[in-house]
Amino acid sequence: MVQRKPSHHSVLTVEGLKKYFPVQRGFLQRAIGWIKAVDGVDFAIDRGKTLGLVGESGCGKSTIGRLILKLLEADAGRIMYQGHDISGLSEEAMRPLRKEMQIIFQDPYGSLNPRMTVGQSIEEGLRTLGMKGHGERKTKVAHLLETVGIRPDAAAYYPHQFSGGQRQRIGIARALSVNPTLIICDEPVSALDVSIQSQIINLLKELQNTLGLSYLFISHDLNVVGYLSDTVAVMYLGHIMEYAPAETLYDNPLHPYTLALLSAIPAPESDERHQLPALVGDVPTPFNPPPGCKFQGRCPLVEDRCRTKEIKLYTVNEGHTVRCWKVVGE
Amino acid sequence: MLSVQDVRVYFTDNGKVARALDGVSYEVRTGETVCLVGESGCGKTVSALTILGIIPQPPAKIMGGRILFDGQNLLDLGEREMEKIRGNRIAMVFQEPMTSLNPVFTVGEQIRETIMIHENVSEKALRKRCVQLLKDVGIPSPEERLKDYPHQLSGGQRQRVMIAMALACNPDVVIADEPTTALDVTIQAQILNLFRELQRTRQMSLLYITHDLGVVATIADRIYVMYAGIIVEQGDTAHIFHDPRHPYTQGLLASLPTRTKRGGTLYTIPGAVPDPAYKPAGCPFHPRCQFAIESCRIEFPGMCDYGEGHVSRCPVLYERARPPHGAA
Repeated sequence: MVQRKPSHHSVLTVEGLKKYFPVQRGFLQRAIGWIKAVDGVDFAIDRGKTLGLVGESGCGKSTIGRLILKLLEADAGRIMYQGHDISGLSEEAMRPLRKEMQIIFQDPYGSLNPRMTVGQSIEEGLRTLGMKGHGERKTKVAHLLETVGIRPDAAAYYPHQFSGGQRQRIGIARALSVNPTLIICDEPVSALDVSIQSQIINLLKELQNTLGLSYLFISHDLNVVGYLSDTVAVMYLGHIMEYAPAETLYDNPLHPYTLALLSAIPAPESDERHQLPALVGDVPTPFNPPPGCKFQGRCPLVEDRCRTKEIKLYTVNEGHTVRCWKVVGE
Repeated sequence: MLSVQDVRVYFTDNGKVARALDGVSYEVRTGETVCLVGESGCGKTVSALTILGIIPQPPAKIMGGRILFDGQNLLDLGEREMEKIRGNRIAMVFQEPMTSLNPVFTVGEQIRETIMIHENVSEKALRKRCVQLLKDVGIPSPEERLKDYPHQLSGGQRQRVMIAMALACNPDVVIADEPTTALDVTIQAQILNLFRELQRTRQMSLLYITHDLGVVATIADRIYVMYAGIIVEQGDTAHIFHDPRHPYTQGLLASLPTRTKRGGTLYTIPGAVPDPAYKPAGCPFHPRCQFAIESCRIEFPGMCDYGEGHVSRCPVLYERARPPHGAA
């Protein structure tokens, strides 16, 4: 395992995180195998910084978000929030921490209660903070809506009366209502149109600057992740394949999967219309994977040792780790 | 090859009239890839469905215009005649391969169906052609896959099957509506490569509809940018990306997040796309436009020609550019 010393700057540190889902079959629902959704993941998020988690569907990126919030129980590993291990905490002990960690979902339609006004949705968070005064809550709701760029009188309306971008802003206001330190952004702009997407991205950046928020930014879009993140982790089938500061990862990618992902982004900025060096095959299912490197089935550089020897993350440079035999040599 | 001329499609709902297509013209020439790009609700898909005559009427109503294909106006044809063209001469690939494929028929049955509607082919030849089609779209062991049901295939393979179905009768024009939007990036790259290769080998015309400017840059020969039911700018890929002349196109390109823009604030187009039932008068983009002047609120903007097929619907920027050959 890579030794990453838990720095006192870290808001969140995750070590050896694992989540296996059983695949059940038959009348007795016996487990016939396991899907290793998250298979030993380590990372750290510093205060006021953004960690981007990228990967294709099924790589385990959303599962990680849910494990951190303990919406799912991890099978192994430690989740350290501000230096305290929260992985073993009971629901009761977790409650005060829930205010500190919030989540923004991809689907701004599904994540707001359609029967509650926007104001009621946001007020719920304030109640859990123990804010008793009705007037006090109203003022705070108005303030929160203003913070995310929505007219304060919008509190009286229902979610369906807003556009997708506005609903995402409301979702952000609700997350902010409890004064969190860390926000898990699970594909927050993927469902939005380009012109709306940039508005939300700017809002997230601005809030980070003014409130000192830390983000775990989960996305499949390498352009968005590259724009927003300080550090980027590239995931494939439950493993982090490469972990590096954003500049390093985009300027000097080392893992063949990172290279493939970067060259697969159709970029409006590049002049040459190169033939995309597409990866062959689909993302395999994470069900009972073969031994060795998880990327072996699609890797253009695959060789024998990739199929037999388990590969770990190796540090190639300060803060830059890679999981590939080709890169680390012997 | 295919020429859409001043087509107007309005939707009526509870007395409200939404002008989904408000006089849209574009053409797809033989062997070229044309991209129709715009945000949701701009009318991209409606225009594709109108070409194929599969737009539900009502609520839609075609208010005017012509769609010329092979010397005839498709809007004049009856259902019988359209059936001969649809799937045969003009075929379509949809965004959601899972919902567009029938789950209770095998892949083979669905491809055969397309061919059998249009041609009289023997059982043996039919089978051979299905296998060849799957081979052409890059599906491994095609004989086996013909017996598979859609759910047994991955998302990328399903989209390949959809493409095989579209190609089944050697169409002159393929319309692809967001065919890679639901796919992962590495799979998207595979499908885009496939389209480019098929187009080269088959000399077919491709009308590719998408909201993704990255995809457009990769695949298009020519581009039409749509906003609120009209074409706001058209031109070669190089013109649109390196010398955009409409504030909306400029705004879209500037608001794309890329890592090279890190640190700064992204450009944003203020506001949101207008409700098609309450479109602003004059230029539909004026409430969001930083260049808007008084006349933009009143006059519908004309087409301004920058030469070499590069045309933009913004007289304000055209005046500013002060072209040597006078205003259009």
